[in-house]
Amino acid sequence: MAKKPEKQKKKRAPGTDRIALTVDGRTYDLPVGGEAGQVDPAHTLAHTLRETLGLTGTKVSCDSGACGCCTVLMDGKAMLSCMMLTVECAGKEITTIEGLGDAETGSLDPLQQSFVDHTAFQCGFCTPGIIMSAKALLMENASPTAEEVKEALSGNFCRCISHYQVVKAVLAASAKAR
Amino acid sequence: MTDKYRFIGKVTPRKDAADIVTGGIKYLNDIKFPGDLLYGKVLRSPHPHALIKRIDKAGAEALKGVKAVLTFADAPDWKGGTPRCTPILDRKVRFVGDAVALVAATSEQIAEEALSLIEVEYEVLPAVLDPEEALKPGAPQLYEEFPGNVVTPGMPFFGPKSLKDVVMGDVEEGFAEADVVTEGTFGYENLPNPLPPEPPGAIALWEEPDRLTVWVSNQASYMDKITLFHVMNRKVEVRSIGGPCGGSFGSKFMSWQVQCHAALLSRATGRPVKLVLTKEEHLAVFVMRPASRMRAKVGMRKDGTVTAVSGTWVIDTGYYSMTTQAQVAVGCGEIQIMLRCPNWDLRPVIVCTNRNASGIVRGFGGQELKCILIPLLSLSMEKLEIDPFQFLKKNFVKPGDGYFWRDGIWYTYRGVDYSAAMDRGADLFRWKEKWQGWLRPTLVEGTKRRGVGVGVHGNADIGEDASEAYVRLHPDGTAMLFSCVTEHGTGQRSNFMKMVAEVLQIPLERVSITPSDSLINPYEFGPAGSRGTYAIGSAVIRAAEDARQKLLDLLAPMLKATPDELDTVDGVVFLKGRREKAVPWRAIGVDRTLTGFGRFEPDYTLTNCMMSFVEVEVDTETGKVTLLNVVNATDAGQIIDPQGLEGQLNGCLGSAGIDSALFEETIIDRSTGHILNANMIDYKWRTFPELPAIDNVVLETPFASHRFGAVGVGEVATSPGPSAVLMAVSNAVGTWLHNYPVTPDRVLAALGRTGNGRKGGAR
Repeated sequence: MAKKPEKQKKKRAPGTDRIALTVDGRTYDLPVGGEAGQVDPAHTLAHTLRETLGLTGTKVSCDSGACGCCTVLMDGKAMLSCMMLTVECAGKEITTIEGLGDAETGSLDPLQQSFVDHTAFQCGFCTPGIIMSAKALLMENASPTAEEVKEALSGNFCRCISHYQVVKAVLAASAKAR
Repeated sequence: MTDKYRFIGKVTPRKDAADIVTGGIKYLNDIKFPGDLLYGKVLRSPHPHALIKRIDKAGAEALKGVKAVLTFADAPDWKGGTPRCTPILDRKVRFVGDAVALVAATSEQIAEEALSLIEVEYEVLPAVLDPEEALKPGAPQLYEEFPGNVVTPGMPFFGPKSLKDVVMGDVEEGFAEADVVTEGTFGYENLPNPLPPEPPGAIALWEEPDRLTVWVSNQASYMDKITLFHVMNRKVEVRSIGGPCGGSFGSKFMSWQVQCHAALLSRATGRPVKLVLTKEEHLAVFVMRPASRMRAKVGMRKDGTVTAVSGTWVIDTGYYSMTTQAQVAVGCGEIQIMLRCPNWDLRPVIVCTNRNASGIVRGFGGQELKCILIPLLSLSMEKLEIDPFQFLKKNFVKPGDGYFWRDGIWYTYRGVDYSAAMDRGADLFRWKEKWQGWLRPTLVEGTKRRGVGVGVHGNADIGEDASEAYVRLHPDGTAMLFSCVTEHGTGQRSNFMKMVAEVLQIPLERVSITPSDSLINPYEFGPAGSRGTYAIGSAVIRAAEDARQKLLDLLAPMLKATPDELDTVDGVVFLKGRREKAVPWRAIGVDRTLTGFGRFEPDYTLTNCMMSFVEVEVDTETGKVTLLNVVNATDAGQIIDPQGLEGQLNGCLGSAGIDSALFEETIIDRSTGHILNANMIDYKWRTFPELPAIDNVVLETPFASHRFGAVGVGEVATSPGPSAVLMAVSNAVGTWLHNYPVTPDRVLAALGRTGNGRKGGAR
């Protein structure tokens, strides 16, 4: 997916103490500051999603960019939300695991459904991050090979070894999408 | 193949699947609490062994938002360990990371900042970080209660005869009868960490004078109540509430310290306190696999009969042991399952040292012992030119054989002969074709050399400990299972509902399960040692059968029949063969429920089995070992959940399994006691692009277990692989490798390609 650098007018004016971003289709205009309920400049996006917005579907495991559990989509790309400061996310469109399905009908995204059908998880803690990484892949490459799926998920830690069933689930979802 | 069942053996979505894939599932750290929740943090010792001479906590207490700072001076006399000798907070610290002070504050950041404001003065003591050094006279002593750093043997929970060793027959006679005797020292001490993604943690709420509610993220949430009750001197009424557990692999069977820390902070503040370890703490201070080293001797005959085994098994448990005696007991039992031998003198000694403690890890003593005994057996097999597959198959327990189990009692095995499953595995792997003899590669292509290995493991804990369950029937045709089992990844909560649905013949959607809360559920030891399917399953099945019987008893008069003339399907009770003579469940009355009870009593006469075949490729230029393919072979009696079972068997790689032979290790600086790779970049783990091919062979020979004839096999998947890898790499390069893991430097050293390179290459 091509980047769109124009229009990204630096609107991080230091005087303004609010930050606007879209999460799962909803726009938030959050106050910046050190008080409870505010976005501290030190807060990661993962922290804001979980603690400020209450979107706990995004998991934090290592909190240092090594495990992929906290993966979300940012403007359609897979990003580690524990490695982004929220104040850097002004104007960004974020999609979390909670925004993947159809909010109106409550139906699952076909990729999520494929994970259900293949039992492509065990303890499930790493699953949201894996699904978001796979989603980013499928948005860029609708019919990846098994090797491409594995490569796209190379940053996602899973300890139960759901890997084999995950690869099957992603491939099945991609074939169906075609 | 299982048309006799409606749900058992069928692919059905896990009941929690939708919650998992939408992020709706609530792990411990996702639970929302009202505004008064506090956050706990722990100040940890930078020294492996020291006395706290002075602590000044005034600066931390003065920080805005800090609600409590606790040190050993504030702590009650709570102790853990077996026997209970490890204080919850102590004036003495025993490893780098030991708890020095606890802080509760209104945010994690404030708690973190407060830690830096606590001033501690230590008197540093000499430390010991090697188990054999710790046993020497004059070594630093960790506890007054354990002279010579030897931990009291035996596990009281296993009864008065708790297995402490394997001693039987006459080893001298055995060695005299042998065609070959080999001996040596072998270790499995790279301390792989099972490393579930979700870190250990707890939320505690103390209510005066002596009531504690603790929200846990554990594998066996009922046992938290029991463990804490004892740690807290049997004076506190504990309610434990379990939820989904983000991986455990044994390790989160117990988290008594983090739970106690949260409880102490709640007790001091009167508010709920959440304490979740960081990933660095998880790697550096939480429990890990015990380290094993053994000097041993085995005698073998030409036909592969083992005539004697003797040795001293030194187990380094780190700075305390809560369960290492249990792992020793089960490991000693499991080695007899793997090796039919009449003469034994195998003596374990559990030693404490100044590193973080060992705890439960999948494999539970048996994996450790096999990893050090199979390489020694291999030396004898090499001399006698015995095929290791044939050897392992011949020596694995057969119906009618027996073993001393963890309680020190002799049991006669009454399960199936696993030879058929092993043969099927060998065929699929093409063992006959690939096995070229000891220290001979399967294939050489330029600088690449391939080799094969095989390992085996079996566990009679599939019937360990007690389980209880209720099944409650409702007039609307639904049923609720009351069980304190937690979901830690195996899908078993879902599978138990499947068993209930099968017994009651109602759709799966009509069965639910209670939260794993100790207040509402009966005793449950928890899913461990592959006991879920047989032990927990039996309790659940009996509860469902009992409820069904009560239903039929109650409705029989209405149908003018005896209960045994009735059957029930889809919430309707009817006369067998005359379905029109029927009443719905609601005929019991809308103001009634029917509750059945089921209990499982321990049974150690069945064992599971896993044989793993591995093929590796060694790059003799770089020393890199690539795992090419794995075949796991087992017999599960009856598959309950095909996809869940596949997941469990694929789990052979991670969680301190096969990869503990390839690259996984916790690296401790033996001079300072610091762990050097306590983060997920430096601690190596397998990624998606590096997956070997895995094939799983699962036979279904019915067991005399419960009505579905199934046994569990999840836990054992990790255990046969590590020694098989060592064997495969040795065969590939043509020389013995005896250290875990087989890192490139070790491979190159074995090939003589490091140092002065005298050997110059592979044989």
